[in-house]
Amino acid sequence: MKLNKYFERSLWVFHLNTGSCNGCDIEIVAGLTPRYDLERFGIKLVGSPKHADVLLVTGPVTSKMLDRVKRVYEQTPDPKAVIVVGACGTSGGVFYNSYNISGSVDKVIPVDVYVPGCPPRPEAIINGVLQAWIKLEKLRESMKVARVK
Amino acid sequence: MNKESYSIPIGPVHPSLKEPMTFNFEIYGERIEKVNLAPGDNHRGIEFMGRQRNPIQIIYLAERICGICSASHPFAFCRAVENAAGIEVPERAQYIRVIIAELERIHSHILWAGVAAHELGFDSVLYLSWRAREKVLDLLEDLTGNRINYGIFMIGGVRRDISEEQIPRIRETLEYYKDIYGKIEDIFLNDPTIALRTKNVGVLTKEDALRLCAVGPTTRASGINKDIRQDQPYSAYADLEVKAITPDVLTGEVNGDVYDRIIVRLLELVQSIQIIEQCLDNMPSGEIVVEKKLVKLLNQLKKAKGEGIGRHEAPRGEVIHYVKLNESELPEVWKARAPTYNNLMTWVPMLIGQQIADIPIVIASIDPCIACMDRVTILNKANGQKDTLTKKDLHELSVQKTRRIAP
Ligand code: SF4
Repeated sequence: MKLNKYFERSLWVFHLNTGSCNGCDIEIVAGLTPRYDLERFGIKLVGSPKHADVLLVTGPVTSKMLDRVKRVYEQTPDPKAVIVVGACGTSGGVFYNSYNISGSVDKVIPVDVYVPGCPPRPEAIINGVLQAWIKLEKLRESMKVARVK
Repeated sequence: MNKESYSIPIGPVHPSLKEPMTFNFEIYGERIEKVNLAPGDNHRGIEFMGRQRNPIQIIYLAERICGICSASHPFAFCRAVENAAGIEVPERAQYIRVIIAELERIHSHILWAGVAAHELGFDSVLYLSWRAREKVLDLLEDLTGNRINYGIFMIGGVRRDISEEQIPRIRETLEYYKDIYGKIEDIFLNDPTIALRTKNVGVLTKEDALRLCAVGPTTRASGINKDIRQDQPYSAYADLEVKAITPDVLTGEVNGDVYDRIIVRLLELVQSIQIIEQCLDNMPSGEIVVEKKLVKLLNQLKKAKGEGIGRHEAPRGEVIHYVKLNESELPEVWKARAPTYNNLMTWVPMLIGQQIADIPIVIASIDPCIACMDRVTILNKANGQKDTLTKKDLHELSVQKTRRIAP
């Protein structure tokens, strides 16, 4: 069954923790488990960025993780979307003035969707994933058109 | 290193670990010979940032040291500042603090039970236990305004009262957990497959636990009778009877294996329910905070001079905060020590001699919240060949072992 034109296929998500406090991470898992149940739409977490359509990044980027974030981003196949969950990945949040933090994820890799909150509720995370999905499908569409041309 | 042994680096990217962390295992055949840990990937410089903020701002920073223990760190921090500045906390606030802290323990232990089941390949138990956990999160949201990072602690008390209307709701939630506890216990303690995968796996002897200064359920499962709530009662715990739980309460023996750690956590669930009930029965009325006006409180703290220590038994063990105030707006020193810091090194004696497939459950058994591990590269030194094991392969190995030994 097709829910609407954006639900063409299952969305696989890779979750990357770049130094978060874990608050956002457990809310992401809460979003996948029965109360909110993202998995019913075929959205699931995968174990390798090479399998993923979407990168879900939480946390400010610590200096030790800086390189790894870039590498994970490069390993994710195109077309891809990046979602930042939580205030500290969006702007640094409470960790804004540390010596070991580069501030926000968008200083390191391009970001498509921001989910504000500290931590955001699972509903907000689900909404963020859907925004990324819509964006991704549009991207795919335009790639298809380009190929036909 | 032996010719046939090879090394497996794990991390630092593994999605559900509290701190991204790097492990290096030396493996001989299937057996782990050596374990090296390299933490530091999650270093955010919390204490450094704390020295540039005033104590009230630090409460919110302390809360975000860890999102799962988001009552424990502010609890310990507030107690440290109160200790340093000589502030007496009203009795009612003491009780509310304990209620929130114990609700957090319920949520944390159920979360852990789900993660442990996932590591063994019982994903349905993961989903069911996380569904059960939502009930306590709803209650916490009702009481504090947020599901995680409650923001209820304040120096000299708490920020929100528990109203009369909320008490039936708390009792109802506790009843719910009493109802389902039998089921949870049945799944974890009577299931033959779980017993096979966890008994005599990841053993931590009493000597090692003492030597490595392990804390919390990890040390109690090795038979050490240690619990801050019992040894140095504070807040409302002083009025209640809290006994450290060791596995021999249930089975009459102590093995210090993963199974014993499960027992301790499950029994602590029941204990938390009892503590909250006692608190509700005996809760005194009165003020909830010493000083309502924050500016006044800050001024008082600005003039304070002294050192203070705050300890609290978090779900994972003892957390200690140390604060030194020196008549200035910013604290001169702030030091926080979380329980996983102590428990980290217990992985080494636990893992040596185990199989690769046991790594996930043993690592999860001290509750550092590892649910998945990401990339594992097996480097075969003999022929220089490189194979990559993803977290999925590792998980698959673990699931296969469960299948293999399941009766
Ligand atoms: S946004 Fe807040 S809750 Fe989420 S990881 Fe950052 S500090 Fe933790």
